[in-house]
Amino acid sequence: MSAPALNAPKTARSGGRTNYEMWSWIFMRVSGIVLVFLVLGHLLIMNILDGGVQRINFAFVAGRWSSPFWQVWDLLQLWLAMLHGANGLRTIINDYSERDQTRFWLKAALAVATVFTIALGTLVIFTFDPNIS
Amino acid sequence: MPKASVGTLYRGHEGMWTWVAHRITGVAVFFFLLVHVLDTALVRVSPNAYDEVIATYKTPIVNLMEVGLVGAVLFHALNGIRIILVDFWSRGPRLQKQMTWAIMAIWLVLMIPGAYFMLIHTVESLFGSTS
Ligand code: HEM
Ligand code: HEM
Repeated sequence: MSAPALNAPKTARSGGRTNYEMWSWIFMRVSGIVLVFLVLGHLLIMNILDGGVQRINFAFVAGRWSSPFWQVWDLLQLWLAMLHGANGLRTIINDYSERDQTRFWLKAALAVATVFTIALGTLVIFTFDPNIS
Repeated sequence: MPKASVGTLYRGHEGMWTWVAHRITGVAVFFFLLVHVLDTALVRVSPNAYDEVIATYKTPIVNLMEVGLVGAVLFHALNGIRIILVDFWSRGPRLQKQMTWAIMAIWLVLMIPGAYFMLIHTVESLFGSTS
């Protein structure tokens, strides 16, 4: 249907970026569908099943991350949610910031926060040590 | 009834409030996630440091905020599915208003028991268990 028309928000930009915007549009939808399972599953496990948030502690995390299944789950969830969210915020910055300078600095801050958080979260999953004291 | 002039876009008219809510929930969840990765990173500091921060998740006020977070994620997820259906499903644009009602109904049906199970421990510890 009218899909492409959706992708022309107030973003006052033109030229050169259409291909990127198309991939970003597709990425938002594909990552969204995967995140439905990952994040809603995560929230169900963490907040509702088996005592919910009350039972979470270091030993609980150690138990989960002894399984590659949950490591991969969390890793995918980290990357997809961060990239999906950051890409969404990029659109919002484009929509609301009126001066080119503001826009530039907001996007720079967003990029730094995103790269830092993805790197930290990935490091934590890969270097987790259940016997740390 | 006058004909609705919504066109095919989910942004606009009746669709507008869902668009605003989609935006707000997306931003809120993103900022939560930045903090959440930081608090989870404390497992690399010490079990104690992690357990102390997680203890705040178990206090009544934060517990209530968690219900809000889950409600926000659930709305964003359901409305995201609706947006995708409007974009890709041939009948999506015509049914978009019905789908808005549908996601509100699904949201309520899932949130009522969800909130119950999330809050039951806090309620019992505050007011005493009846059993
Ligand atoms: C109040 C709600 C939440 C609770 C209680 C919670 C709890 C946890 C816990 C205990 C972990 C440790 C790892 C594990 O056991 O799997 C974790 C990791 C993680 N959670 Fe959540 N979570 C919540 C909400 C969310 C939401 C809404 C998202 C996504 C938007 C999310 C994304 C993640 C990610 C990406 C990790 C991995 C972090 C890393 O790589 O270091 N969580 N969460
Ligand atoms: C749970 C499954 C999810 C689904 C199905 C989903 C779906 C979507 C869709 C379809 C869009 C619209 C993209 C567009 O207009 O081109 C979107 C936007 C967005 N999403 Fe998600 N999403 C999900 C999870 C998340 C999470 C976990 C975050 C935060 C980390 C997030 C943050 C955002 C943001 C900030 C936007 C931009 C909103 C705007 O431009 O108005 N989403 N999402």
